[in-house]
Order: sequence, then C-alpha cells, then structure tokens
Amino acid sequence: MPTAADKPRPKPTNRAGLILQDYKGVDSTLCAGCGHDAITSQIIRAFFQYGVEPHRVVKLSGIGCSSKTPAYFLRSAHGFNAVHGRMPSVGTGAILANRHLIAIGVSGDGDTASIGIGQFVHLVRRNVPMIYIMENNGVYGLTKGQFSATADEGSKLKSGVLNDLPPIDCCILAIELGCGYVARSFAGDPKQLVALLEGALAHKGMAFLDVISPCVTFNNHEGSTKSYKHAKETEEPAHEVGFVPFFEQITVDYEEGETRVVEMHDGSRITLKKLDREYNPTVKAEALRAIRAANSGGELLTGLLYVDPSKPDFTELLGMHGRPLATLGTELVRPPRKALDEIMESLK
Amino acid sequence: MSEAKTSELSEKRPAGDITRVINDFSIQVATVNGSGSQSANSVLLRSIFQMGVPVSGKNLFPSNIAGLPTWFTIRASRRGFVARKAEIDFGVAVNAQTAREDAMLVRSGGALLAEASLGLAGIRDDISIYEAPLSDIAAEVSSEARLRKLLANMVYVGILAELLGIEMPEVELAIAKQFPNKRKAIELNLKTVRAGLEFATKNLVKTDPFRVERMDRTRDMIIIDGNSAAALGAMFGGCTVVTWYPITPSSSVVEALTEYMARYRIDPETGRATYAIVQAEDELAALGMVIGAGWAGARAMTATSGPGISLMSEFAGLAYFAEIPAVIWDVQRVGPSTGLPTRTSQGDILSTYVLSHGDTKNILLIPATVAECFRFAQEAFNLAERFQAPVFCMSDLDLGMNNWMSEPFEYPEDIPIDRGKVLTREDLERLGGFSRYLDKDGDGIPYRTLPGTAHSAAAYFTRGSGHNEHAHYSERPEDFTALADRLAKKLETARGEVPPPIADNVEGADVGIIAYGTTHHALEECREQLRSERGLRASYLRIRALPFHRAVRDFIASHRRIYVVEQNRDAQMHALLTLEYPALATRLRPVLHYNGIPIDARFITDSILRQEDKGV
Repeated sequence: MPTAADKPRPKPTNRAGLILQDYKGVDSTLCAGCGHDAITSQIIRAFFQYGVEPHRVVKLSGIGCSSKTPAYFLRSAHGFNAVHGRMPSVGTGAILANRHLIAIGVSGDGDTASIGIGQFVHLVRRNVPMIYIMENNGVYGLTKGQFSATADEGSKLKSGVLNDLPPIDCCILAIELGCGYVARSFAGDPKQLVALLEGALAHKGMAFLDVISPCVTFNNHEGSTKSYKHAKETEEPAHEVGFVPFFEQITVDYEEGETRVVEMHDGSRITLKKLDREYNPTVKAEALRAIRAANSGGELLTGLLYVDPSKPDFTELLGMHGRPLATLGTELVRPPRKALDEIMESLK
Repeated sequence: MSEAKTSELSEKRPAGDITRVINDFSIQVATVNGSGSQSANSVLLRSIFQMGVPVSGKNLFPSNIAGLPTWFTIRASRRGFVARKAEIDFGVAVNAQTAREDAMLVRSGGALLAEASLGLAGIRDDISIYEAPLSDIAAEVSSEARLRKLLANMVYVGILAELLGIEMPEVELAIAKQFPNKRKAIELNLKTVRAGLEFATKNLVKTDPFRVERMDRTRDMIIIDGNSAAALGAMFGGCTVVTWYPITPSSSVVEALTEYMARYRIDPETGRATYAIVQAEDELAALGMVIGAGWAGARAMTATSGPGISLMSEFAGLAYFAEIPAVIWDVQRVGPSTGLPTRTSQGDILSTYVLSHGDTKNILLIPATVAECFRFAQEAFNLAERFQAPVFCMSDLDLGMNNWMSEPFEYPEDIPIDRGKVLTREDLERLGGFSRYLDKDGDGIPYRTLPGTAHSAAAYFTRGSGHNEHAHYSERPEDFTALADRLAKKLETARGEVPPPIADNVEGADVGIIAYGTTHHALEECREQLRSERGLRASYLRIRALPFHRAVRDFIASHRRIYVVEQNRDAQMHALLTLEYPALATRLRPVLHYNGIPIDARFITDSILRQEDKGV
C-alpha cells in the first residue's frame, strides 16, 4: 500500500528555477570509471548549486578524451570543441565578443601541458575570465597511452616503459604567471572539487583547476603515479574547502585561527578549514614553497593553492564596452559620415 | 661637382636644346634605411601631387632597422600611370655602399644628383650629373650629429625642387603635413629644404630635361597606403575584435586601426571602446581568437602575411568546416619561408584558396587599389557573416605599404552591415527550435545562433569533427558526404556574391589579358604600349575574388589567347583557372614576374609580344 513517503518528491530547484537534470548533457562515451566522468558530475552539481543560467555559459575544449566532456554537461549552453591545444585562444575570442558569457574550458594534460602550453601561458598572463580545468591523467588516452608532459618522473606505462623526464606542474606555472585562482583536486574527492568549482564560478578572472583524473584504461596500474590508488594514498588536502554563495545569507562563526575565509568579488565566500598543516593560499611565495615541498615528498597537495580575487581581468584592462561587442548596433560600430569626411580631408 | 664640370656638361647639352620632359619621369633615391629618408621622400611625393600631377611612390627597403641600402622610387605621370617604371630617369645617390651601382642604373639621357663626397662626377658622360655636399649643407642648419644625418635628406628635396621646378609653397605644405603639430620639426626641415634650394640656385646649372609643371589631375584626391585604407574599411565595416601578431608587411594594418579606433570608436556616452584589439602570442592564437569571437558574434579580423597564413592553416580549416565567420588580411610578401620579407609578391593565392587539410576552399577577395582595400574590408565582414566562413583579403606589400593616390573613399551607404543568418530569441520563439547545419534555404548556408541567446533551444555544439545537420557528432558516411556537398554548394552560392571581375572587352580582340591585385596598375600602361607599339588591341579582365565569378569563364571563352599576368613563379592563378576550366586551358598563357620588385608595364608588354611573335 503506497504511503506518503513513496510519492515522488518535487526535485529541488535552484535560484534559476532549474533542477539538477537541467545541467546535464548527452551520455558520456568515455570508458566506465573514467575520472573525467566524475569531474563532469561535479561541474553539473557546481553550476546547479550556484544557479548559473545555462544559456549564459560557453563550454570550450581542445582535443582529447577530456575535451569530449563539454558535451556531457549543460546541454543548453553553446559548446565548442576546437583544435588541439588551442582552446584558450578560442575562449579568449568568445569573451572578447561577449563579456557577459561565463566561459568554462575543459582540457587535458596533453592538450594543456604539451601542444597547448603556449596558449595556456598566455591565457593566464592575460587573466581572461574563464574557468580552466585540466583533467590530468598523465597520458594520452585517445591515441592509446603515450606519456604526457605531466607524467611524473619514474612513472611506469602499462608496457613497462619508464618516464625519465620531469613533469610540468601547471599549478606552479599558473601561480608564477599571476593566475588569481589556482586549485588542485582529485576526481575521487567530489566534496572538495565541487567547492573549488563553485569558488571558481565566483572568481572574476581566470581560475585554473588541475584535477587528477585517472585513466582507467591506460594509466591506472601499479607503478603509475596518476592511478586512483596512488592518488588516494598520497592526497594531502591543504585545508577543507567550503563554499558559501553570495545569495545564501548564512552567518557562520568561524573559530579563530582554524578557518580562513576568502571573500570573492561577487560576495561569495570560500572557507578554508585548517587540517594538519598551516597553509596560506594568499601569499604566492608560501604557496609555491608548499607545493614544491609536497611534490618532492611524493604528496598530492590539493585544495585552493593560491587565491587573489582582486586582479583586474582582461576585459577591464582593455577598457571594453559594458555591453557585448557582438551585438552593438550600427550606430556604435560605424562612425558617422563626418568622421570619414574628416579623415579624407586629412589625407588630401 | 665643380663649377667647371657643370659648365662642361652644359656645353655638351645646352639647356635650350633639350626636349623637355614634363610630368613624365621617375626619380629613384638611394639612401640608407633608418636615416630619415622616408620623410624626405614623402615630402617630395606629396609636393608633386599637390601640383596636380599624378604620382606614385614605391619604397624598396631591406629587412633591417638601420644602415642597409634602401631605394625610394617616385613616378610622376601626366597620363596617370602609377605602376613602377622600370627605367630610372633621375637618380639621387646618397648611399656610399651602392653609389656607383646607383649611378649606373640611371638611363642614358637621364640625370643624377649625388652627394659630393661620393666622387661620382665623372662616372658617366651620357647623363647630367649634379654634385652637392648634402651633409655639409645640413650641418650648417644643425650642428647636432643625429639631426644632421636626418636633415641631409631634406637637402636633396630642396635641390630637386629647384632643378625640377617644384613650387616651394607646395613643399612647405607637404612638410607641414608630414610633421603634423610639430612646429619645431616643420621649421627645421623647411630651413633645410631652403638651404638645399639656395645651394642649387647658386651652384647648379640645369642640364637635364625633366620638369614638373602644374596640372589639375589630383584635385580633391587623397594619398594613402593600402594598409591604412584596409584599417579604415574595417573600422567603418563595424569590426569589433582585432587580433594580430606583428609581421611585415601587415603590421601597419592593425597599427593604423589602433589609431583610428581610439579616435572614432569610443562610445561617447560611456567613454568605453566599442572594440577590442589584442596582440596575440602568435598567428595561431590570433586566428583562434578571431574564430572564438566570430562564433560568439563579433565582427573579428586579423592581419598577417605568408608565414602567418601557413601557421593559421589548421584553424582556417576549423572555421571552414565548423562554419564560423572570420576575416583574414594577407598582405603578401615573397616566400617561401622568410623569403624576402620586405618585398612584394602574389605568391599566396593558390595555397590560401585551399588553405588547410582535407577538402577546403576559401573565399578570397583581391583588392587592387586603396579604394578597394577600403571597400573590401567592409564587404569581407558581410561575406564572412553571410557565408559563415573565413574570408581572406589578399593584399600585397606594394599595395599595403606604399602610398597611392585615390579618389576620396565614399561613405558606405551602399554597404549595410549584414550579419547574415542569425536567429534571435524571438526567432526561436516563433520557430520553436532550429538545426544548426540544415540547408533550409537551398543555398548551402545554414542558420546559427549566438552564444548567450536566452532561449533553451539556442544552444548547439560546434566541433571540428564530423557532424550532422543537428550539429551532433557523426561518423556516418552519408552524413559526411552530405556535409561536404553542402559546403561545396555554399561556395557555389558565393560565386554570385563575391565582387565580380571587371572586364574591358575590346570588340573583335583575339588576345585577352587576365590580372589581379596590384598587377592591374601596370596593365593599363601595358595595353597602351601594345596598342601604340604594335597595334595590338587586347581585352582585359581583372579578377577580384575567388571562387571565380561566372564572368571569368565567359571572358576566357571569348578570346583565343589569354595572358594571365601575375607576380609569382608558379603561375598560381593560371593553375586555378586551368583546374576550373580544363576545356579552355590551352588558351591560357602565363606571364610571370617574381623578383620581389613591383611588376612594370614594359616587362608585361615584352613578355606578351615575345609570345605573340613565336606564333600560335
């Protein structure tokens, strides 16, 4: 006999009046258990919780397994699967055309740290407002398992080949280049990841997230340093990350010295609760020192590694019009006849 | 030059005996780059122009900052021919490195003004040679070493003004134009020109035939370089996003645009820019940004040259295949590789038409004049948005970096800003939805929406991989064939909408000539030479775009022999015409010029006559 408890409960809606389902995309075609799918789930959750209107979002990617994922979330957002390693320029162009867009780029370690390192570096340098996720598994999946430039020294391929080159740490690189929001997380740590993604949504400027995302087919074996097992064993959260969006007027008392609160541009707050170590993500040199120490100790240091919410973003630096350039009317983009007359006169 | 020498020459060719050559000669100034000669040459050019005489100037400069030889050629032509003239009538030798060679290049019966310290006095006896201590004269105006070097060039302007009869008030005006709002520079340069003029009056006796006399053929005309004209076109064409990576000879497109936009494209209400100009990290990123911006609805462009075009190849294919508007200016220079980076060429036509891998074909606009740079810059945005495709504007160094006379540009009343098939939120509400790559109208051109459109059916997924009409990923053979065929159909539609060729058909002519871009300027003169020297009357067709307009075929079909004149080694346009019209291919004969120097009429005339003489 049916009871009240069995009645389907209305699904919770967010501030945009949408349900979680509205933030999904088409079904993933990646391997079962792929870390990327776990990240996709948290992107869906973060955008839902933050109440983003999907039509305002542009999803961008390059080429590779990770770059397929924008199809798997936010079906009502425009997506752009560009060319290998060059999503940053396409994203930059989209933001130049329409600064009201919320851009999320999903890339991989091959797409970012090898073929795309130049564009990545310049995206950071320009502080283009964009969330940039590097789904990091240390191998090229689509081409069947070659090492990428983030593979750790000594990491072993399935075939037994050892990597003898040092990895590029894109978080260190991003911090050095002045990125105002740099985080590292792990696909197997959804709670931390979703908070970091929401924090990224609240950040004005470029937000970079390096997410360890094991490749179950080519890099999840014994001897790999990007496997689920290895990441679980070595993950050391720098702090416990929480997020309070601007539209939730919650007052929480934080214990002095135990929780650091980062005020974001839009009024949201990121809370960083102290765990076993002191970690100050607002001082560049300290952050870099801690990351380097963790790297050399074989630890996977995760959390909000560096944050500076105050930097002007690229659209501000360019003095761009407040309205999207894409849709300015003729009266604003074609100077009047007297302007041409004046120019012609000067050339006579 | 000593007084004695001058009078000796004068005795040989007394002034009264010379047939005067009025408003029809070339001047070649040989100097060192970075020495300020460009200002002097501009003043010279402008002074002649202001006297109503048609004039053109060509700068042959090295890929170097300072210290290497550079030549500037000015041609005055009462008939209005503005192509390079192969013969040098009046040489000016200032550069010690090349002085003897420069003196030898002057045609017999011509004249040479030489820096006295070069000791060229007796080097030729078939030309008039004038010597003047240019540096010493400049030193009298300013004792500052750096200034003296710059001013030495203004000295020859003064001397030439006296020798050629260029009116001083026009020189004064030209100097004021050259140094706008710089009172001190104007005064100093003027003083130097006067010193040169005074020297000539006192010391030189004119023995050459060349003179400038006032005409009325430049009234109300402007002087501008093609790159600035392209920039103006872009600004009036509603360009909103500009990205670039510096490369000669295209950099001044964006530099000019930056200046114009800062002045004319600030919203008076908000004080904010109605555009964004970004210097990218390389040409790949430059085109990537243009594609991202075009996708999101901006009128976006970049400017580059051959090496940049090569780098853009992958992205160009994406724009073609994913159907994204983009405007790319290719100011062509000599390739392959670094080639001759400061010399002109039409060598990118073939590769740009099919730029990228796989089956790709692009729309190319080929301006020949600064007025067309202005116009095509606007039309390029309309075509790019209408066809949702990259549009390449194929300028060249000669057009882009040299100064050209032109009628003033007309306000683009007849070129409304056309955004193409873009569906708005209201459209979607009416339609209920749309399929991004569906050929609804039968012209091969689908509809698109812009990111940010507030409608749940607006979104679609753009990708460089295979897709179906609904923009879904697809590897199905029939989907791919349908897509490839529709893209081809779109290009067929473009044939009727790109700028048509301009034909000058001569009744009953057997011979036709096809040219494009800056080659055009030598053609007018060449046809006159063919007429006057051989009585050969040739029809002429100037191609202004790819894919070929149907009129191109008609022109070829109605002539027995067609000379295809272009500035590259491999007969690139000839090859494209042969591919397109195989049945007519035997009629086509290439005339090719590829030494980096702008093509001249004499070269074309001689090549055509040589082939005509061989018999058919």
